[in-house]
Amino acid sequence: MTLVDRLNRLLRSVPPWALYLVLVLPAPWYLYQGATGGLGVEPIKALEHALGEFALQLAIAGLAVTPLRRLAGVNLLKFRRAIGIMTFTYVFLHLLVWLVLDVQILGQIWADIVKRPYITVGMAGFVLMLPLVATSNNWSVRRLGPRWRKLHRLTYPAVILGGVHYVMLVKGFQIEPLIYLAVILSLLALRLRSLPRLRPA
Amino acid sequence: MAKRWTNKLTRSDVTPEPIFMNRRKVLAGLGLGGGAAGLGGLALGGMPGAAMAQDDMALEPNAWDEITSYCNYYEFGTRKDDPSQNAHLLTTEPWSITIDGLVDKPGDYALGDIVSQMTIEERIYRFRCVEAWSMVVPWNGFELADLLDMVGVKPEAQYVAFETVYRPEEMPGTRYPVLDWPYVEGLRLDEARNPLTLMATGLYGKPMPNQNGAPIRLVVPWKYGFKSIKSIVRITLTDKQPPTSWNKAGPGEYGFYSNVNPEVDHPRWSQASERKIGGGLFAKKVPTLMFNGYEDEVAALYDGMDLKANF
Repeated sequence: MTLVDRLNRLLRSVPPWALYLVLVLPAPWYLYQGATGGLGVEPIKALEHALGEFALQLAIAGLAVTPLRRLAGVNLLKFRRAIGIMTFTYVFLHLLVWLVLDVQILGQIWADIVKRPYITVGMAGFVLMLPLVATSNNWSVRRLGPRWRKLHRLTYPAVILGGVHYVMLVKGFQIEPLIYLAVILSLLALRLRSLPRLRPA
Repeated sequence: MAKRWTNKLTRSDVTPEPIFMNRRKVLAGLGLGGGAAGLGGLALGGMPGAAMAQDDMALEPNAWDEITSYCNYYEFGTRKDDPSQNAHLLTTEPWSITIDGLVDKPGDYALGDIVSQMTIEERIYRFRCVEAWSMVVPWNGFELADLLDMVGVKPEAQYVAFETVYRPEEMPGTRYPVLDWPYVEGLRLDEARNPLTLMATGLYGKPMPNQNGAPIRLVVPWKYGFKSIKSIVRITLTDKQPPTSWNKAGPGEYGFYSNVNPEVDHPRWSQASERKIGGGLFAKKVPTLMFNGYEDEVAALYDGMDLKANF
């Protein structure tokens, strides 16, 4: 039995709800840290950034599922919905912290969305995720049939917008957001051509 | 001798802790019912009026830990806590400043020799970062004007250029081209000579921590924080407007003047309000003041200038 086979067998025994449970934990942890000084003297921005960065990492994990299966034979398909829904959850929490704790001023929220390109881009990414999260259930998959797959290609522009949002908001020339964007684009590029698939042994 | 600035914010202005804590109780009470408003007005009546207009907390200097743990000093990393973790690598002794250009007595001046000829005083200044957060910092330092007088400025000089130390082996953040190192800044000569403009060598009566720009930094309280260049090794008097680091990195975002101005937004965010560090997870935003509250002292420097064009 190869390592991949063993890994896949192990993954088969892990129920998806376990992943929800694990991925939900950082949210209360960050909040607790923010409230008790663990995020430094400016916890609002720190919390906002921590949630946004984790959402981006989850989005990348979601994009990695298909290439991992095709190129390495590791099957994480049954976890993809959990990854997607939790990505949305963290994007939503990130947005909530921005609205309620950071900007605070109602009139300024809309002004920021239309006037500040990096916020426009981030909001666009969020809006693209709404139909995705609304159809992330078995009923929608059955009902939409082949259109479901088409609709869920919205994931690609949504994640790109998330990566661009990060690149646009930093000051000066910074490496980290560029690495995120490069990883996102690479994972998408792997889908461009019909790459050689692993044949079942 | 420069026209000295009279500090309106002194230790005696700082509300004594028991009264301050008590005042918080009154304010907390206010939140519970409108009926207490009269009582609140009474309790606050004794506070100096000018600063009250902005924010009744404005007179409270930030804690040492806040000032020294939340820093922008990209030579040590771009995260706010990178400087406090990495800046210990910087050697600050011995230290000298090269003063050159249009001066009568150019040369390398040992820091100790400069400081021994200066009057060190405490200045409690508001500090407003371009990122829309702020602090109140009790600096120790001397007026830049006194240093300029010491070296003698030639009449044709119009600007002062500053340069931060650049030592890649001691500054891990400089491995990345976040900015074009070394960090450089500049002021117009009249701005440099303004009595508010401070060369700071310490805070809270202690030597300047490395992450805050040891051993000597500039403090220009009516401008965004990045103008207040840290760990200065060179001061050059010139007749041309000197290049400044952030302006080189983003000419459309950071101007040469960079005066605090709530009416001129940064292209990527509003400058109309700010959040004072230290308010925790539910800190409220407060309106940003023109020239960071130093309008009386500096507005005349910019008479007739279009502050939107010269941002």
